[in-house]
Amino acid sequence: MSVYVDDDTRVVVQGITGGEGSFHTERMLEYGTNVVAGAVPGRGGQTIHDVPVYDTVRDAAEAEDANASVVFVPPAFAEDALLEGLDSGLDLVVAITEGIPTQDMSRVKKRLEEVETRLIGPNCPGIITPGAAKLGIMPTDIFQAGSVGVVSRSGTLTYQIVDNLSARGLGQSTAIGIGGDPIIGTPFVDTIRAFDADPATDAIVMCGEIGGEDEEQAAAMIEEEIKTPVVGFIAGRTAPPGKRMGHAGAIVSGSGTGTAASKIEALSAAGVPVGETPEAVADEVANLL
Amino acid sequence: MKLHEYQAKRRFADAGIPVPTFELVETPEAAVEAAEGIGYPVAVKAQVKVGGRGKAGGIEIANSAEDVRAATDRILGMDLKGYTVDQVLIEEGVDFATELYVGVTMDRTAGRPVAMVSTEGGVDIEEVAARDPDAIAREYVDPAFGLHHYQARRAVYGAGVDREVASDVAAVLHTLYGLFESSDGADAEINPLMVTNDDEVIAADAVFNIDEDALFRHADLAELEDERHEDPLEQKAADYGFDYVRLDGNVGIIGNGAGLVMTTLDLVDHYGGTPANFLDVGGGAKAARIANALDMVFSDDNVESVVFNIFGGITRGDEVARGINEALSTFDEVPKPVTVRLAGTNAAEGMEILDTSLVTVEDTLEAAVQDAVAAAQEVTA
Repeated sequence: MSVYVDDDTRVVVQGITGGEGSFHTERMLEYGTNVVAGAVPGRGGQTIHDVPVYDTVRDAAEAEDANASVVFVPPAFAEDALLEGLDSGLDLVVAITEGIPTQDMSRVKKRLEEVETRLIGPNCPGIITPGAAKLGIMPTDIFQAGSVGVVSRSGTLTYQIVDNLSARGLGQSTAIGIGGDPIIGTPFVDTIRAFDADPATDAIVMCGEIGGEDEEQAAAMIEEEIKTPVVGFIAGRTAPPGKRMGHAGAIVSGSGTGTAASKIEALSAAGVPVGETPEAVADEVANLL
Repeated sequence: MKLHEYQAKRRFADAGIPVPTFELVETPEAAVEAAEGIGYPVAVKAQVKVGGRGKAGGIEIANSAEDVRAATDRILGMDLKGYTVDQVLIEEGVDFATELYVGVTMDRTAGRPVAMVSTEGGVDIEEVAARDPDAIAREYVDPAFGLHHYQARRAVYGAGVDREVASDVAAVLHTLYGLFESSDGADAEINPLMVTNDDEVIAADAVFNIDEDALFRHADLAELEDERHEDPLEQKAADYGFDYVRLDGNVGIIGNGAGLVMTTLDLVDHYGGTPANFLDVGGGAKAARIANALDMVFSDDNVESVVFNIFGGITRGDEVARGINEALSTFDEVPKPVTVRLAGTNAAEGMEILDTSLVTVEDTLEAAVQDAVAAAQEVTA
């Protein structure tokens, strides 16, 4: 068992003929992911890495019985690509693209409320169920199959935490990068509920960072309803207010909301231990299991 | 990206929002000439992209040519929260009865824009929000439709704006939302929106911030970007295209990915050091970019040691190692001790390549950070 993706996930790559799309399609195939189609307007009928390309996502999904897509379309065209993904009868759309305008994402978020499809990202490394499927760009050799669910707003920080877990033999059920933008498809609360409902997940690691209120909302929800133990990590304790720390979403506002301190306090109050270092997070998880 | 007040006001005025008569000047002589044309009193307003200019002494009311000359003379060249003033606005003084607030921003938690009105204008709206949230009427906007006229009216009546000016204020809010949407605004605010004794409304100040990720489709706005970083290092980082924030510590930090770089800063602090900067080389950095990153950090006089932390996904460890070797071999002596930690894609190859006569290599993030902190402390001890 796992969360959102498994051996049965059948993937369309939106933007498969671009540099990133092509490169990562090859890596996903190597990992054993069922990449069954690509979708690029005007490229229908071609093949790339032996994967058939269709002009529209709907054609690709219907012809190849796909239920998910990964989006590598550049920011200027990403809103349209995401809306197309959401209008093609898929269960899951994973948006890797970084730099999508916020108002575009606001419209996508609105559409998301009206459809059954789940969106992960944008500006994320994707999602991986070790040994089964990778929909994204993460390096695969750090992952081990296991029972820890990992969810994070940051790509390379996910790798770091996973590396610390794997080094102790703590494998992962599924690892999800939810993205570093101000508006994202899947917030922490959804992923944590999904991990809690997954019988193969025995512990959850949640890596947050400064900016927004997503971690605070997750803390309140965890206290209310989550049975699976959760360990937290928050990046940006030393970040000064008003400065954007790389991610568009990682900024402490002038009025002082979105600080690491408020997130750590909320999680601690909800009974979630927060590791001071990635190594300490792995220690906590080892203690729990 | 922030616009200057005068740039925002020109856009608001073009869209039909009433603004005072104003002129942008760069000398006291031009200021006096502008004031004579507009008529007294005038406001002399520093054009820098920071809030709270009035409190900081960047705005003055002048009633005569002498006053204008003196005020302009004082304000031009002054340092306002780290920015040097080199332009001032000479603006018609408005005799107002009340001050309102109208604004539009993106509510990231709701994932949609919110339009706001308050009768408590002229003060910091975040203070009002903290003290009395009910003093601000809010309407959340369906981004597929935009702000409906009825929502603009509902916000205005909900805030308790005087009936005499309610429809004018609603029109201003509706126009402001249109600008926010069509220009990919991040924030659009009028604070204060003045109401005169004759029940005229007029935008006395203007804030308009644009989503930088959307500048590719707003060439007219992109060319207004004149951000000159007061800190030469931040300017250098902008030229190199790095995400960089300067801090006041002495351990230089280079890494890839925002979350991991932030974590490296936090670990430096955790182990008793002080971070000198945030520097994210981004994904897929090649050797030349790595060398530029080292040049950045070495250019900071405060830096006593450097920790280089790369977790390769798209970024390859061998490329990074080559970049580090190339950059460091150009020095007769490496200027500051550098500790490197490589993990992820091609990390083993990278470790092989790294010249250990130039750098210290550590296997874990924790060890690398502790090493750099110790090196910095050795220098300052």
